[in-house]
Amino acid sequence: MARVVFPDHLLSVTGGVREVEVRAADVRELLLCLAERFPGSETALSKSAIAIDGQIHQDAYLEPIGDDSEVFFMLRLEGG
Amino acid sequence: MSKVHVTTRVNGDPVEFLCTPEQTLVDVLRDTLDRTGTKEGCSTGDCGACSVLLNGRLVCACLVLAVESEGAEVTTIEGIATEEGLHPIQEKFLEHAALQCGICTPGFIVATKALLDKHPEPDEETIRYWLAGNLCRCTGYDKIIRAVQDAATTLAHEA
Amino acid sequence: MAEATEFKAIGTRPVRPDGVDKVTGRAQFGADLNLPNMLYGKVLRSPHAHARIRRIDLDAARAMPGVHAVVSGADFPGAQHGEIGGEGGGDVADVAKNVMARDKVLYHGHPLAAVAATSQAIAEAALAAIEVEYEVLTPVLDLEAAMAPDAVLVNENCFTKNLPEPAEKPSNIASVMTLARGNVDEGFELADVIVEGEYRIPMAHQGYIEPHACTATVNESGQATVWTCTQGHFALRTQTANILDMSVADLKFIASEIGGGFGGKTVVYLEPVAVMLSTQARRPVKMVMSREEVFRASGPAAGSCAKIRVGAKKDGTITAATAWLAYEAGAFEGAPMGPGAMCVFAPYDLENFRVEGFDVLVNKPKVAAYRAPGAPQSMHAMESALDDLARELNMDPIDLRLKNAVAEGSQAAYGPKFPAIGFRECLEAAKAHPNYQKPVPEGAGRGVAAGFWFNAGMESSAEVHINEDGTVQIIEGSPDIGGSRASMALMAAETLGVPYEKIRVLVGDTEASGFNNVTGGSRTTFATGMAVIQACEDIIAQCKDRAAKTWGVDADQVEWEDGQAIPAPGVNAELKPLTLAEIMKTAARTGGPILGRAALNARGPGAGFSVNFGDLKVDRETGKVDVLSFTAIQDAGKAIHPAYVEGQMQGGAVQGLGWALNEEYIFDGNGVLENPGFLDYRIPVASDMPMIDTQIIEVPNPSHPFGVRGVGETPIVAPLAVAANAVRDAIGRRVHDLPLSPPNVLAAIEEG
Repeated sequence: MARVVFPDHLLSVTGGVREVEVRAADVRELLLCLAERFPGSETALSKSAIAIDGQIHQDAYLEPIGDDSEVFFMLRLEGG
Repeated sequence: MSKVHVTTRVNGDPVEFLCTPEQTLVDVLRDTLDRTGTKEGCSTGDCGACSVLLNGRLVCACLVLAVESEGAEVTTIEGIATEEGLHPIQEKFLEHAALQCGICTPGFIVATKALLDKHPEPDEETIRYWLAGNLCRCTGYDKIIRAVQDAATTLAHEA
Repeated sequence: MAEATEFKAIGTRPVRPDGVDKVTGRAQFGADLNLPNMLYGKVLRSPHAHARIRRIDLDAARAMPGVHAVVSGADFPGAQHGEIGGEGGGDVADVAKNVMARDKVLYHGHPLAAVAATSQAIAEAALAAIEVEYEVLTPVLDLEAAMAPDAVLVNENCFTKNLPEPAEKPSNIASVMTLARGNVDEGFELADVIVEGEYRIPMAHQGYIEPHACTATVNESGQATVWTCTQGHFALRTQTANILDMSVADLKFIASEIGGGFGGKTVVYLEPVAVMLSTQARRPVKMVMSREEVFRASGPAAGSCAKIRVGAKKDGTITAATAWLAYEAGAFEGAPMGPGAMCVFAPYDLENFRVEGFDVLVNKPKVAAYRAPGAPQSMHAMESALDDLARELNMDPIDLRLKNAVAEGSQAAYGPKFPAIGFRECLEAAKAHPNYQKPVPEGAGRGVAAGFWFNAGMESSAEVHINEDGTVQIIEGSPDIGGSRASMALMAAETLGVPYEKIRVLVGDTEASGFNNVTGGSRTTFATGMAVIQACEDIIAQCKDRAAKTWGVDADQVEWEDGQAIPAPGVNAELKPLTLAEIMKTAARTGGPILGRAALNARGPGAGFSVNFGDLKVDRETGKVDVLSFTAIQDAGKAIHPAYVEGQMQGGAVQGLGWALNEEYIFDGNGVLENPGFLDYRIPVASDMPMIDTQIIEVPNPSHPFGVRGVGETPIVAPLAVAANAVRDAIGRRVHDLPLSPPNVLAAIEEG
């Protein structure tokens, strides 16, 4: 199962849960799974950047997630 | 306000235009004469983007009234390259990657022309002080200074 | 990943494709377009930093001969709340109100009406004829005042976001964020030494030399063409469409050449106004900001206050660190405190830390992105604290950083584990650098600091057309702000195996190119470059297919080498290689023109680390600080055009030194900017600076075919603390606040 970690600013949508284990083949499945687990979290989660095994994706959806992947939800980034 | 008739030369060509007494040379060059190579960055003489030569002297065209060019010879960036091709200063700016966005480049090239006309073999400090009236926000000046040094060497060899 | 030694084009330093036009004055920048029958647009700006608009009367202005359009906030559709496309945009409704105030003006210079007239003089007279009645309100001008519990509110409908419980009453704190790991209390108990400090940095401006400018023309069917200097014409099109409630299809945006942006040209100011004026007037409208308008009313970098506490063991191991970061957002939410919070400890492997960030409204212009937005402010504080720590521990500042540096596999403070990164390599290169080995000159101090930026990927599109003579045309949509056409051509040359000189690059308008996100986030060479490479690979596949058809073999029996199709080993050796030109000669018979394309959302930008050091001399009588030498070392992954990579490092160094030594927004007690010009807002000039030495480190980014990492933003981060640490070294006392201007440094010397 992949380890999924939420930053502080998303704890309000996860009801304070900081970390969950999820079995999902890709980000699409992960988001569906989290939406079920944390009703009302879809917008906030899908607006976040997601790092999978260290690689940051601004608009993740189809990226594969491994059984032992580490997934971090992050603030979307800007640049100059 | 009634307009003034001005007769001048721009890059060797005879030019006539009408302007209001308070219009600046940079406005007339850009908007009336369509010489948009001269850039405007501040209108207060602080950035040097509008550097042109007025009778061979380096000036900010935003601080010169257009009527002051009556009977004068104005050299703009469009007049730096010759029929044979780019001026060595222009060649060296390209070779040294001495421009990034390029908005300050016309001003720097005109200012460098004025510098090298007066001091054909300037040291680094002379170059830096001569070009202190031209702002560049992209390059940190390093490559510009090297381009000017190289241009000076090339021109000295040609002379 | 190809081995570095195999590259033929990449790593060379050819003249950029747009170079000749830029040294001869031919290149057309934002203000260079004049159209027949054109009007001049001008903006009426608020004389108050905070006021309610009671009444605005446009009739007298409208009645003036030569005036063809007059608009105010009421003429603009009410934009719905929502995220605006691209970066640096923020909330649509906020950007709309920043473009044209509705009921309140929120900073001195806030636009509240605009006119278009046949001359600039008439336009100015028309502005003067507009009557406005204000109810002047108390301006909120600093972080303390804004964050106080009984503060005057900049926005009565602003409720703090991201609190554990929803906010009950409005506040100037637009949002908060925290990042934490481990237990900081236990961590500090393990520390032998603890340092702390509070660091303030005022607002500063990107200082691009080209003011914002655009020309818009709208025809009778409502179709608009907008010519503008921008880092992203697609993003500006989206923003304009949202603000004016128009279809994107009715907005054609053409990116002129751009005279610098550094993040500040990612958001609309003039464009929706010009479109609205042109819609009313049915004539082209040109708008150009004055330098004063740029300073007063475009988007500077956030002012900040950072409180840092760091504890370490005697051997330098950091046991705990905390950061409290408050950033001035200006009049609307959206200060980059999030990235600032995520960057502050990013270079270090920490078990225990806590970061708190605050996005705070004040009656100052709405901030915009500025090169690594948010990072210089927070990392200046951390890198200064580390310098203090190195002194307390009597350690070399590079050794202290090496002791705690992140490496591949380290858990970044902002969450995930780092893939391959080059921070340690930069630190080691700095330590070994001849400039670091030299003694510090008499009377000077030496400062060392690290820099970091995430870098970005995002959407890019590219097409590659093969001309009938085998030359190559690239069409992409990322405005070239610092030589990116050259890097696109080099990557195409490398991929296709054709000479650089045979390649041309067009930055297409929104109708000519597929979608490209802004030139920002250090993404262009990485992401748009990736699209160009993939489009070239598409070309190669098609060329192999054409060659196979010509030869009567299968496509998998053809290989591509040095810009030509060759038969695979074992296939009829009699076949002569086919160059691109030869393939094109018969293209009409083998399937028609050849066009490659790619559209992608680039993954894995790869973090950018730097280490800078410099020797700065302080005049103890005047407090003036001179930079004697400066060395910038940075991991570029792979430098495509090394001269332009060095240029980014040198330019960022000088921009950062300007921010550190001189640049600041100075407001009076009414919120009026007192230095809105280059005379008083003094950016570095040539005689202020020495040569900037550079060393490019290349730890390839595994996510890019050539190993590229973005290089544009990281360079501005470290110089702030380099300067602060060098001044500390020189005068024996830390000056916590920037800028290190003569009065501030002199005050510190005299206190000591």
